[in-house]
Amino acid sequence: MADYQVHEHDVLVIGAGGAGLRAAIEASAAGVSVGLVCKSLLGKAHTVMAEGGLAAALGNVDDRDDWSTHFADTMRGGQYVNNWRMAQLHAQQAPERARELEAWGAVFDRTKDQKILQRNFGGHKYPRLAHVGDRTGLEMIRTLQDHGVHLGIDVHMEHTIVELIQHGDRVVGAFGYDREKGNFRLFKAGAVILATGGIGRAFKITSNSWEYTGDGHSLAYRAGADLIDMEYVQFHPTGMVWPPSVRGILVTEGVRGEGGVLRNSEKKRFMFDDIPDLYKSSTADNEEEGWQYTQGDKDSRRPPELLTRDHVARCIVREIKAGRGSPHGGVFLDIAWIKERLPNGEDHIKKKLPSMYHQFKELAGIDITNQPMEVGPTTHYVMGGIRVDGDSQMSTVPGLFAAGECAAGLHGANRLGGNSLSDLLVFGKLAGENAAKFAKDNALSFGKEQEEQADAARRKALAPIERQDQGGDGPYQIQFELQDKMQELVGIVRNQDDLDKGVETVLAMKERAKTVTAPGNRQYNPGWHTALDLDNLLTVSEAIARAAAERHESRGAHFREDYTAKDEQWGKTTLVVKKGADGEMTLTKEAVRTMPDDLQKIIEENK
Amino acid sequence: MASVTFKIWRGDKDGGSFADYQTDITEGMVVLDAVHQIQAESASDLACRWNCKAGKCGSCSAEVNGMPKLMCMTRMEDLPTDQPITIEPIHAFPIMKDLVTDVSWNYEVKKRIKKFKPRSPDAADGTWRIAQEDVDRVQEFRKCIECFLCQDVCHVLRDHHKHEEFIGPRFFVYAAALDMHPLDTENRLEDLKDEGGIGFCNITKCCTTVCPEHITITDNAIIPLKERVVDEFYDPIKKLAKIFTGK
Ligand SMILES: Cc1cc2nc3c(=O)[nH]c(=O)nc-3n(C[C@H](O)[C@H](O)[C@H](O)COP(=O)(O)OP(=O)(O)OC[C@H]3O[C@@H](n4cnc5c(N)ncnc54)[C@H](O)[C@@H]3O)c2cc1C
Ligand code: SF4
Ligand code: SF4
Ligand code: FES
Repeated sequence: MADYQVHEHDVLVIGAGGAGLRAAIEASAAGVSVGLVCKSLLGKAHTVMAEGGLAAALGNVDDRDDWSTHFADTMRGGQYVNNWRMAQLHAQQAPERARELEAWGAVFDRTKDQKILQRNFGGHKYPRLAHVGDRTGLEMIRTLQDHGVHLGIDVHMEHTIVELIQHGDRVVGAFGYDREKGNFRLFKAGAVILATGGIGRAFKITSNSWEYTGDGHSLAYRAGADLIDMEYVQFHPTGMVWPPSVRGILVTEGVRGEGGVLRNSEKKRFMFDDIPDLYKSSTADNEEEGWQYTQGDKDSRRPPELLTRDHVARCIVREIKAGRGSPHGGVFLDIAWIKERLPNGEDHIKKKLPSMYHQFKELAGIDITNQPMEVGPTTHYVMGGIRVDGDSQMSTVPGLFAAGECAAGLHGANRLGGNSLSDLLVFGKLAGENAAKFAKDNALSFGKEQEEQADAARRKALAPIERQDQGGDGPYQIQFELQDKMQELVGIVRNQDDLDKGVETVLAMKERAKTVTAPGNRQYNPGWHTALDLDNLLTVSEAIARAAAERHESRGAHFREDYTAKDEQWGKTTLVVKKGADGEMTLTKEAVRTMPDDLQKIIEENK
Repeated sequence: MASVTFKIWRGDKDGGSFADYQTDITEGMVVLDAVHQIQAESASDLACRWNCKAGKCGSCSAEVNGMPKLMCMTRMEDLPTDQPITIEPIHAFPIMKDLVTDVSWNYEVKKRIKKFKPRSPDAADGTWRIAQEDVDRVQEFRKCIECFLCQDVCHVLRDHHKHEEFIGPRFFVYAAALDMHPLDTENRLEDLKDEGGIGFCNITKCCTTVCPEHITITDNAIIPLKERVVDEFYDPIKKLAKIFTGK
């Protein structure tokens, strides 16, 4: 007997962050019925936390900017293993998506001539990030949410999807439960869009919330989709390090964009010590030039604090390891010093970085207009994810689409700040459009066999509660241990021994997780929810560890102390993770697609 | 490290009671950390909401020692830990379980407020020109993180349960954000007066006191809206003008 409620939509969107909302809006505009599911309340997804801004070559601050420069910056940042088609579409369409947001009610900071203001960010050649102070994500998610609620989208909030339902290969729905009562739900759908975000909870120190357990990655993997680039996990250079309970919480790159500098315990601006060749010609070699750049001087080059995130994170690790760190194991990030240069410095800081001011004041008792912050790297973003077709956003499984952080390709080996919010809009829209088309073109077929899949998913979901008296580990125990091990063995600086151990550890934990228990009943039970998310967390952890162990070079966010250089052959190789016929995870190498000449030319021109 | 006692409300819509938990508090911890620690140590099914842990998402609202707070922004150091700390769910909405309440009413209310309607674009390329001062003015209201703490303390909802007739301070802030939006052209005053029940607000300012985003809800949002409602509907000269112009 099926004890679940059934819903039917033409398009089901899983995830209500920027990508999911934008996809739902687009699908709805195409005239199909749309369901939107999310684990938290509407408007609380990760997107709400984004601070710095959204990258789009509007050219409002520097009219030399255009899509081709944005494209070249994104490719350089990603170390040229990006899906170039996505990088191209992203750069071309981001300006239109940003302007459309304004038409839906978003309010961005302005230039003197009353256009959308843009700020500097790491790896972007020109000021490119549209923003409102340091709460751009809130502005974006609220705008999409408020626009979306008037379109007749069915929102199922505080619902978690645990399995995709398939007819042959094709995805025809999803199965999940509502968090309040723990009742099950079957969603039949002509097409499904995954927009579930990232995997940060696989690591101990992270800027990510409980939601980031790699659900979409894992759902797609179990349905037979390819995952690519899983070795590339972005460690953001500046997370809070003190007090311990806030360790990992993000300190926006906007602090450095506004002139903030990094110093070690000897008060030295250590970022000048190591500037990578790829960026030598575009980086300032003295403090004065760097400062002028942050103040909008077009002839100055950027300060080294605004080099790409992977590089800045490693320089910070180097300083800490060399004993030149701050008292609580980080380095110093100083924005207060700009008071020496700006007469109204204090107000300027409060105005441009209000939530940073607030965050440090209230959580660490530090006034950033007077004192430096202590910061260190934190797990922030996953470049790897579900492989999609650049134009349609369909995964390698028919009827299954992906957009936003859970999809891969755009960012290659390292994402530039600000390129995520624009990613959500550009590819959310394309996913919504193409999923709607797919649902219209392909009639839904749902029968007995699909109901059996739903039943199996229900039994699997209930197991941790049913065996609560059988003495297996609790969910938090396994989760904490996994986070510790991933941080230690598969973190910022990697080597073969650790990575091999990492794979073994994850496999052993997978065994233990088979008997995980969740005391209590199905009613709003976080222990049970954590137990169910564990499976996903283990799947993505295994994929990350395996891919990282295989890639014998350093590239972007993937840094190997035993292979510190880039390797030409590896630079042409993508690692693909897929579920094998026997259920084991397989890892294969594939050649990176060669870029067409016109795009290659743009890259050369921007070198 | 000190062991602290917490009295946490456990139960659901059918009732419940406070349960005692002990946990060790270390430097810099916030109330939400303590709740998580208790979950991990002794009550894995203790329900609470959270996401960002940095006061940005508005998920973790609760009443700590009787005060409406974001648990993630309430530092243990600021509480008297020699006595038990009580944590209970916000009161203005129905209980789901433990610290989690059913706030879906708020989402329904928002749907009923007329949506943003921009004036036609200022430039040929479909974009608008807006002065930074106009952005700054409306930003205060757009900062709202929808934590609903203001709804929780407003006596019209909390004590008088006027959920059918009164939209609450959060949605006055929302209406003010739309009203003062530099591009918006919609008129929502009649709705604020009728469905919104703005007249029920007697300016106690409790909402302003608890807002974690420090939005001056009463002075900057509600009072100006009330004045506009009065101008529009109760100003005798305007009323006359209306009769003649038919507007
Ligand atoms: C603190 C912070 C600051 C950042 N700042 C910036 C910035 O300035 N600029 C920038 O470009 N990027 C920034 N980023 C990155 C960017 O915010 C994220 O990558 C982006 O918001 C992800 O959006 P998304 O739509 O893919 O997913 P999210 O916004 O995370 O949404 C995921 C959704 O999926 C749902 N979901 C997940 N699993 C399930 C499931 N099993 N069932 C149902 N629903 C599910 C969740 O509930 C949620 O609704 C920042 C990130 C953080 C953490
Ligand atoms: S000022 Fe008005 S809205 Fe605010 S709490 Fe008092 S009565 Fe409620
Ligand atoms: S106005 Fe303030 S208290 Fe009310 S919901 Fe918004 S942020 Fe919370
Ligand atoms: S967890 Fe986001 S506001 Fe507290």
